[in-house]
Amino acid sequence: MINLIWLALIVIGILVAAINGQPEIITDTVLQAANLAVKYSFDLIGLMTFWLGIMRLGEAAGLVDILAKIIRPFTRFLFPSVPENHPAMGAILLNISANILGLGNAATPFGLKAMQELQTLNKNSDTASDAMITFLAINTSCIVIVPATIIGVRVAAGSLNPTEIVGTTLFATLIGMIIALTADNLFRLFTRKG
Amino acid sequence: MLEQVIGILSKWTIPFLVLFIPTFAYFKGVKVYEEFIEGAEEGFKIAIKLIPYLVAMLVAIGIFRNSGAMNIMVGALSPVIKLFGIPGEILPLAIMRPLSGGGALGIATELINTFGPDSLIGRMASTMQGSSDTTFFVLTVYFGSVGISRYRHALWVGLIADFTSFVASVYIVNKMFG
Repeated sequence: MINLIWLALIVIGILVAAINGQPEIITDTVLQAANLAVKYSFDLIGLMTFWLGIMRLGEAAGLVDILAKIIRPFTRFLFPSVPENHPAMGAILLNISANILGLGNAATPFGLKAMQELQTLNKNSDTASDAMITFLAINTSCIVIVPATIIGVRVAAGSLNPTEIVGTTLFATLIGMIIALTADNLFRLFTRKG
Repeated sequence: MLEQVIGILSKWTIPFLVLFIPTFAYFKGVKVYEEFIEGAEEGFKIAIKLIPYLVAMLVAIGIFRNSGAMNIMVGALSPVIKLFGIPGEILPLAIMRPLSGGGALGIATELINTFGPDSLIGRMASTMQGSSDTTFFVLTVYFGSVGISRYRHALWVGLIADFTSFVASVYIVNKMFG
């Protein structure tokens, strides 16, 4: 599926540029986007290095185990394929907490650590596991209590009540997350049978 | 009140964690400096591993967007969504949201400034921007970091979540402010 979408984005884009007679847009975009990708990875290096260092301390001190134990009732239900007290659980909890608090910079390193841990349980190393898909369903529909960026935009635009969208945002996110988890379960059911 | 509490929490969580975790570990007998370095080493490898995945995805999305193909898609879809009572002006945001975080924020900012932050469209754009994530980007980064290229149904689940949040945003803003 991803192969087809990827190819379609490129082919359709280049056809449109050709019809418009602007092939140079494609050339510029390739360079810019490729540089942006590398820049993102490099920007991540410092944060990843720091937070994985901190996380190792949390693991060595037994803090991650304690966290994993606290949320076990919740994770047993969402991630039945992950053994109890597995280190993935601590990382997943830290990722979700950081997301909720709007700490995107800390959320990504915890999330990638969670993926590493889930990968150790994965039987096909090039294929997404059930637990990974559930984790990403939660992560992409992440609940943020204070959507700080957009509140900032509203303040700058002179809103009389910049935070009035907090409630509506929470509602829309929650509905999105519930539907995502339901869809995830249905897909799993179908792929098992098929 | 709640907003202030959350504001304080967001500000102090990271300093607290950076103080608490190493201190706690030290008193548990962990060799904090050595252990930190060992964990930190992994960070570099993971970040570098992402590059090919991100280049592939960002270039494809960039081509689709900058060529004008995305605008054509928006033009074709807007009469359809108007049938459902959804203002056509927010469609570009709905399509951009899962593809590009920066692009979506740009569109949302423009809508908020053009129609006013306290207009119906301004509130819809704010709610949509805050209630979903850049699905393509998140999947590329997270799966890329462990070398996974077969996503199974992950992309569908993410896009279903985005679509649901979009519809829910329009519905709730109409209901609360309409």
